[in-house]
Order: sequence, then C-alpha cells, then structure tokens
Amino acid sequence: MVALPDVEPATDRRLVDIRGLTVDFDMGARVSRVLHGIDLSIDKGEVVGLVGESGCGKSVTWLAVLGLLGPRAHVGGIATLGGEPLLGIGDERLSRVRGGRIAMIFQDPTACLNPVKRIGAQVCEALHLHRGIVGERARAEARRLLDRVGIAAAAQRMNEYPHQMSGGMNQRVMIATALAGEPDLLVADEPTTALDATIQAQILDLLREVRRDTGMAMVLISHDLGVVAENCDRVAVMYCGRVVEQAPAERLFEKPSHPYTRGLLAALPDLAGPTRRLESIPGNVPEPWNLPTGCAFAPRCGACRDFCTGTVPPYRAVAAGHLVACARAGFLHHAPSAQSSAVAR
Amino acid sequence: MMRYLAIRGLRAILTIAFVVTFAFFILRLSGDPALLILSPEAPPEAVEAFRKSWGLDRPLWEQYLRYFVAIFEGNLGRSMRDGRPALDLVMDRVPATLMLTLPAFALKLLIGVPAGIFAALRRNSFVDRLVIVCSVAGHSVPSFVLGLVLVLLFAVNLNWLPSGGADNWKHAILPVVTLGTAGAAIIARFTRSAMLEVLGQPYVRAALAKGVPWPSVVWRHALPNAAIPTVTIIGFMVGTLIAGAVVVESVFSWPGVGRMLVVGVANRDLAVVQCVLLLVAMCMVASNFTVDLLYGWIDPRLRAWATGASGH
Ligand SMILES: Nc1ncnc2c1ncn2[C@@H]1O[C@H](COP(=O)(O)OP(=O)(O)OP(=O)(O)O)[C@@H](O)[C@H]1O
Ligand SMILES: [Mg+2]
Repeated sequence: MVALPDVEPATDRRLVDIRGLTVDFDMGARVSRVLHGIDLSIDKGEVVGLVGESGCGKSVTWLAVLGLLGPRAHVGGIATLGGEPLLGIGDERLSRVRGGRIAMIFQDPTACLNPVKRIGAQVCEALHLHRGIVGERARAEARRLLDRVGIAAAAQRMNEYPHQMSGGMNQRVMIATALAGEPDLLVADEPTTALDATIQAQILDLLREVRRDTGMAMVLISHDLGVVAENCDRVAVMYCGRVVEQAPAERLFEKPSHPYTRGLLAALPDLAGPTRRLESIPGNVPEPWNLPTGCAFAPRCGACRDFCTGTVPPYRAVAAGHLVACARAGFLHHAPSAQSSAVAR
Repeated sequence: MMRYLAIRGLRAILTIAFVVTFAFFILRLSGDPALLILSPEAPPEAVEAFRKSWGLDRPLWEQYLRYFVAIFEGNLGRSMRDGRPALDLVMDRVPATLMLTLPAFALKLLIGVPAGIFAALRRNSFVDRLVIVCSVAGHSVPSFVLGLVLVLLFAVNLNWLPSGGADNWKHAILPVVTLGTAGAAIIARFTRSAMLEVLGQPYVRAALAKGVPWPSVVWRHALPNAAIPTVTIIGFMVGTLIAGAVVVESVFSWPGVGRMLVVGVANRDLAVVQCVLLLVAMCMVASNFTVDLLYGWIDPRLRAWATGASGH
C-alpha cells in the first residue's frame, strides 16, 4: 500500500481516493499546469458534487483519473479505486475500469454517440465489453436497459441512429450504456447543461432513480449550485485547479467558509424570495499559465489580506468533514447570504 | 427514393449536356478542321468539298442541333482523319488506358489510405512528417516532371525499364508509378486530416470512456467516420480512370485515350475529341453518383432519400 498523506482517514467505505493529483498540458512552447494537487475521495454509494467556474479543472480531474487526456497531458499524484492504483496501470487494465467500474457521461450526449452506429449496437458494445453478453441476449438486455432509462418503444429505438433522437433521449442512451457495465461510480460531467429545463429535471430524476436502484456512487459535475444542493451528499468547490472547500452539502450551503464559495452562492438566483440582481464574482478566472502567487483567488477576493498573496493557503478542517483552503477561514463571520439557506433544503 | 433518383438523373443529364455543349463550341471556334486536316496546298475546291461533306458549311446552331440529335440516336460521328466511327476508335483505346489507371488506382489506395491513417495515429512522429512532406511533394510536383525524372533515373541511367511505348508489362511500370504516386499523396493527405478530425470528436473519447480498447476505437469507431470524406476523393479518382492519364500517356507515348485526346485536339478531329469528352463527363457523373450512394451507405445522416430531402 502507498502511504497516503493523511487529509482524511481512509475507511473501508472508501471507493475512490485521489491524492495530490496534478495535470500538466504540454503546449509545445510552454507547459501549463491545470491541476495543482487535487485531494478528493468518494465513498461507496455517495453523491459528491463538483462545482466551480468554467476552466477550473472539474472535467480534467476525472478525465485524468480515467487516463482519457491523451499524450500531451502529464498526470501526477495518486488515484486509487478500492485500494488499487489507477494511474499508469496500462491500457488493458484501464479499459476494464472504464465503463466497468467507473462510467462517465458527458455534456453533449449527441456528440458522444457514434453517428454511424445504431443506438442498440452502442449499448450492446458495453454489454459485450463488461459482461461478456453477445447476440440476442445482449439485444434483450440492451432493450431492458433502454426501457429502464425511460425510452419508449425501446425495441424500435434500438435500430435508430443518434441524429434521429433528441438530446435528452441520447443522454438516456448514454446512461443506459453506463448502466450496462454495472459500475461502482458514475461520473456525470454536466449531464444536463446542453438540455432544456424540463428535460434537465427529467434526467436528474432518472439519475436519482437509477442510483437508488443500483446503489452506485456518483460524482455530479455542475455549474448549477441548485442542482448540486438537491442531489448531493457532499460538495467540493474547485478554483483554478485546486479544491478550495469541501463539506457535507447542507453544511456548505449553510456555512460556506471560503470567500469563493460565498461568491458562488451569492451569484445564485434566489428561488424562494423576490428576484434580485445576481452578484457575480468580480474579475475573471486567470489562465492556468498566469496564476497569481499565493491564493489564486486573492485578486478577486473581498476579504484578501497581504499574507494571502504570499503562500498558497493550506487545506484545513474548520469542522468535521469541512475542509477549507483559505488563510482567513474561521476568522470571517459566517454570514450566509439569505438565499443560500433557501437553497439548502 | 424515386424522387431522389429522378432529381439526380436529371442533374446528371444536364451536367453531361453542358460539357458536350462547351466542348462543341470551343472546338469549332478555335480553328477550322478543314485547314488542319487537308494539306496546306489543297485547292480551295477540295477544302470546300471537305467542309460540305462534314457539314461544316452549315450555320453553327444547325451543326449543334444535328450533333445533339445524333447523340440521342447513338451516333457519335466519324473521325475526320480515317472515317471510322469515333466511338469505335475511342473504345479501342480504353483497355490501354485502364491498364495504366487501374493498377495506379490500386497503388493509390494501398499506399495512400494506410499512410494517412498511420500518420494521423502517430501525429507529429517521424512517419507523420514523412507523409506530410511526401504528400506536399506529390501534390506540387507536376506529373510530367515526375515522369521525366523517373525516366531519367530508371530508363536512361539505370537502364532497368523502357522509357516509353507499350509492348509489354514492363512498359507500364513507370507510367503506373508516376500516376500512382501523385494520387497516393492526395489520398494520404485527405485520409490523415479526416482521421485527425474524427479522433478529436467527443464520441471517440466517449468510446474510450465506456471501456472500448484503443485498437477497436480506431477500427470500429474512428475509421468508419473518417471514411466519409476520404470516399469523396477516392470517388473523384474513379471518375478520372478514363481520362486522368492524359499527361502521363503523352510523356510515356502510351497509346491510350488520353493521348488520343491530345492528338485529336491538335488535329481538330472533332468527333473523336467530343466522343472522349462525352465519355469523361459520363464517368464523372457516374462516380459522383456512386459517391453519393456510398455516403448514404456509410453515414446514416446523409441518407438523402430516406429523409425525403431533395439533395443538398
Ligand atoms: N486538452 C487540453 N489541452 C490543454 N489544456 C486543456 C485541455 N483540456 C483542458 N485544458 C485546460 O484545463 C483547464 C481545466 O479544464 P476543464 O475542462 O477541466 O474545466 P472545467 O472545470 O470542466 O470547465 P467547464 O465548466 O467549462 O467544463 C482549462 O484551463 C482548460 O483550458
Ligand atoms: Mg468541464
């Protein structure tokens, strides 16, 4: 066993453990570091939300864990699945993990399905790869799965191509494909961003249902804090390639400690109260090759002090299971904005 | 489906009619066949008689109408040189041309497609760079230059192969290689960029994410998609099987259709030239049609007749 830096004690409930994950992209002229040591763990059956502005590394984290970043990416650190290492284990073992133990679905489902293959064949392929079922039995099982994810007339739909289906239908197909491998963890990378509002809700309901039936764990990557509040047990907030805060969902929405998290919550539309202007966080996310020294959020932070720009603030616990990377966490009042308590149930 | 075919058919006929018309007028306006075919000292009465017997004394529009009616009767005219039916003359030459273009076509595919795929899979490697350099060279060096270089090297210097003529298969080697090299370069370039484009698509990453091993991702997911643009260029090359060897046949004095076309133009042998061009136009149209059908077969999104769309 590898000795893990002891941020949280590992338990036998632990499914995935990510420690000090770094990703550098070789851009030819320069190497840009987009992940600066991610620590994150997922327990069995748990739903973890991953939030943060665009470009903070949410997708890259999970693509790196599954070895999907391609040759220009250099991945460092440790990631384990059920205690077994995941990084650098070779393509053959990795392709059994992908889809079989950790499945991933993406933002644009129609682009993620092969345009020249029939829906049924694409589900059957996963059944063949992970459960060794072929032929008529595979087709029957695929039909059952498509039925399970709420596709009407599944038998006919199997013979259609992705372009003949709507985005929502295709996301259901992606979910069916993911279920085909009976994974322990489903990483849903903004599964509803490209879909319209009513379909979004349906897909999230579906994900909740299949999770209840299968008991698999889920990572829900989302821009939408409302979605995260409703669906997740625990939430991790990322900024510029680091996890800056994580806590049980209710706690995070009640007592956000990092100024960045507070900023995100303040930018959330108030569902209960009267509509008011959103306060979005001032400034822009810096490019990965242009990060400020010290805390990456300092230039945009209202609570910034001189020492914030000196060193990267360490990750520390402010309460059980509530970790924050802010030098001033605990010294700031917990003054959750009115709407954040409305969001947390 | 019927509607689709009807539209395609009509468009094909229009294309052919356009080519034929264009050829007809350009040829007639660019010189008097009588003066070229008869000797310069021929008496004016002989020239007049020649014109009369070929109908060249009639107004242009009348000649054009007669020509068109004759085509629909299956009569493509006779050579002004030796009086034989133009179609027979051309058909006699087709096998010789196919003897060059078919092996060259095979060569293009066998080299071009794998080279393009390999280059894309090993992007920025030595092989990739080699393929890029070769395909730029193959693209930009005219085939008569390449042909002459090959002749200098293998016929003149090394004396391994004949430099021209068509007595046995050895004579075909240099022209086939000349034709094949340029085509392979083009196909390699197309295949490479098609493959690179496809490998960057989300469904490739999604296929990997669902556990498909890399070789299967390449063979079963990427290649069928990359075939779509590649088929276009290959289909276009099928269209050039008959007349694509004009330059190479001339360089190697190969007695094919291409050379017949060059000689025919020089002599203003109207019927022969028009017959060759008609044949070429028909090949082009046929290959375009084949490409469309192949598209539909490979890519369900392009099944124009299935969706009832009226073409692009
Ligand atoms: N293939 C790549 N090559 C170079 N840089 C990349 C690559 N993929 C991602 N990046 C960079 O890595 C950083 C993190 O990207 P990532 O896609 O993880 O963001 P994200 O948090 O998922 O954002 P979004 O909400 O927009 O999906 C970004 O700055 C992005 O530009
Ligand atoms: Mg993303």
